Amino acid sequence: MTTATPLWVHRRRYRRRRWTARLAALAVGSAFLLAVVPLILVLTYTIARGLPHFSWVFFTHSLAGVPPSQAGGGIAAATIGSLEQVGLASLIGLPLGLAVAVYLAEYGTGRLATVTRFLVDVMTGIPSIVAGLFAYTFIVISLHQGFSGLAAAIALSLLMVPIIVRSAEDILAGIPRTLREAGYALGLRRWRVVVSIVLPAARSGLITGAMLAVARIAGETAPLLLTAFDNSYINANPFRGQQSALPLFIYNQAQQAYQPAIDRAWAAAATLVLAITGIYIIARLLTLRKSGAHRV
Amino acid sequence: MSRRIELHDLSCYYGNRKVVDRITMTIEPKSVTAIIGPSGCGKSTLLRAINRLHETLPGARVEGRVLLDGDNIYDRSIDVVDVRRIVGMVFQRPNPFPTMSIHDNVAAGLKLAGVRRRDLDDIVEKALIAVHLWNEVKDRLRRPASALSGGQQQRLCIARAIAVQPEVLLMDEPCSALDPISTLAIEDLIAELKNDFTVVIVTHNMQQAARVSDMTAFVTVDGPGHPGRLVEYADTKTLFSVPADKRTEDYITGRVG
Ligand SMILES: Nc1ncnc2c1ncn2[C@@H]1O[C@H](COP(=O)(O)OP(=O)(O)OP(=O)(O)O)[C@@H](O)[C@H]1O
Ligand SMILES: [Mg+2]
Repeated sequence: MTTATPLWVHRRRYRRRRWTARLAALAVGSAFLLAVVPLILVLTYTIARGLPHFSWVFFTHSLAGVPPSQAGGGIAAATIGSLEQVGLASLIGLPLGLAVAVYLAEYGTGRLATVTRFLVDVMTGIPSIVAGLFAYTFIVISLHQGFSGLAAAIALSLLMVPIIVRSAEDILAGIPRTLREAGYALGLRRWRVVVSIVLPAARSGLITGAMLAVARIAGETAPLLLTAFDNSYINANPFRGQQSALPLFIYNQAQQAYQPAIDRAWAAAATLVLAITGIYIIARLLTLRKSGAHRV
Repeated sequence: MSRRIELHDLSCYYGNRKVVDRITMTIEPKSVTAIIGPSGCGKSTLLRAINRLHETLPGARVEGRVLLDGDNIYDRSIDVVDVRRIVGMVFQRPNPFPTMSIHDNVAAGLKLAGVRRRDLDDIVEKALIAVHLWNEVKDRLRRPASALSGGQQQRLCIARAIAVQPEVLLMDEPCSALDPISTLAIEDLIAELKNDFTVVIVTHNMQQAARVSDMTAFVTVDGPGHPGRLVEYADTKTLFSVPADKRTEDYITGRVG
């Protein structure tokens, strides 16, 4: 046996290392702050500017008959529009995205799958204004539908599909093979294994992914500019005529030269930010519950 | 009912790599056949070729024939689902369906295949009794299967496999994740299963092979990267007491592997 090296031999090296560790912690910490502080500022400032203008009237009235220079009116038309547009977009985008993801994860091995993956990648990069332009050209102009919530929903769903496909494909790929094999070994058909074993096992992940996608498109403005086109009046029919939406409301009010309009823009922004944050928090909680309480 | 399985020149590939080389053997109905051999010699692959699970992996394929009572399961006119109906499988690690209850796990094979049976509860009960799990779970059949212990989960998986009433049961190291007590329980179970099923079991445990099987097949490779070959296939007693091949003897006496 060799004699053990006395501990103090390493003391200097240790001291240096401790300093390196501290510096690294400092660097990581400041990077974190640099990233998080603006985010928190945006959140708190928006809420601080918007919250004082929350009122019963603000949530229950449209802008009908309220000139920009006057206080009053609210986001009723915009909220209805946003709910309908995002709802319709989800109705189109979620099943479509999920179907593509199931195809890619469960069946996609051939050339068609490679092409599909490539197209999904390209779709991810489509600027949102282009999605709006597309819906404008085909739905609003070519099909003579005019401006409508549906046209906006179609533009939004174009943005939603690749997000859904990406997240769902990852989640499906994460479901262990052994589970599928257990299904095959029981003599179940492949689609049955997908529908009754893989999808239920992936459920909470898929729901989280869907909610994140919804939150992601809820604040999109560009696709709505050429499609929903905004409306001061409540139009509850998403299939016919101009509709308002929260992002459009913010956009149009913030452009006004009058303080009441700008206040309304902030209040609508706060509403939107709170709603989206709410969706994110629920999605997070779902994920936590999934990983935390696996045995329940 | 149970069936005779005949392998004729069965070779298995992963892509271009051959991992099982021209194995020919006959497995008698209502018997327990053990497959032993060093790690990586292709035991699992061989087993998975008998219910056509092998081909579900990308690039995996087989050559040769597997006859089930004379019918080649790889014949183009045969529906793979029918094969797997008859040839059930239990995996090395317990893999209950995590989102389903204990009851639904056992019923899954029938229910999801669209079999409507009034006596589903009876079938579930019988299967759970057969695997000696009934008493432990009868009060919580509607609870999730994931809350069971590993040994209980494995017995649940066996119950799930036998609930669809297959005729052949393939078991790939079914006890490797289990404690000695659960292992013994499953070995007893295998002895009972033999009355109704043709059982093929892969095991690393020589004592287990000796205890549970009627016939034993020894598979090995000539060296790293070589495909597995059948060295010796004989009556279990004979194979363990007077092995015909030197390599078998070395393996069972622990000199290699
Ligand atoms: N999915 C796969 N893709 C490619 N090669 C594989 C795959 N699965 C197994 N192999 C290879 O095939 C050979 C046989 O594997 P197999 O799992 O059948 O061995 P085994 O006898 O069951 O081993 P063990 O006793 O460790 O379970 C091994 O060399 C392994 O590396
Ligand atoms: Mg194996």
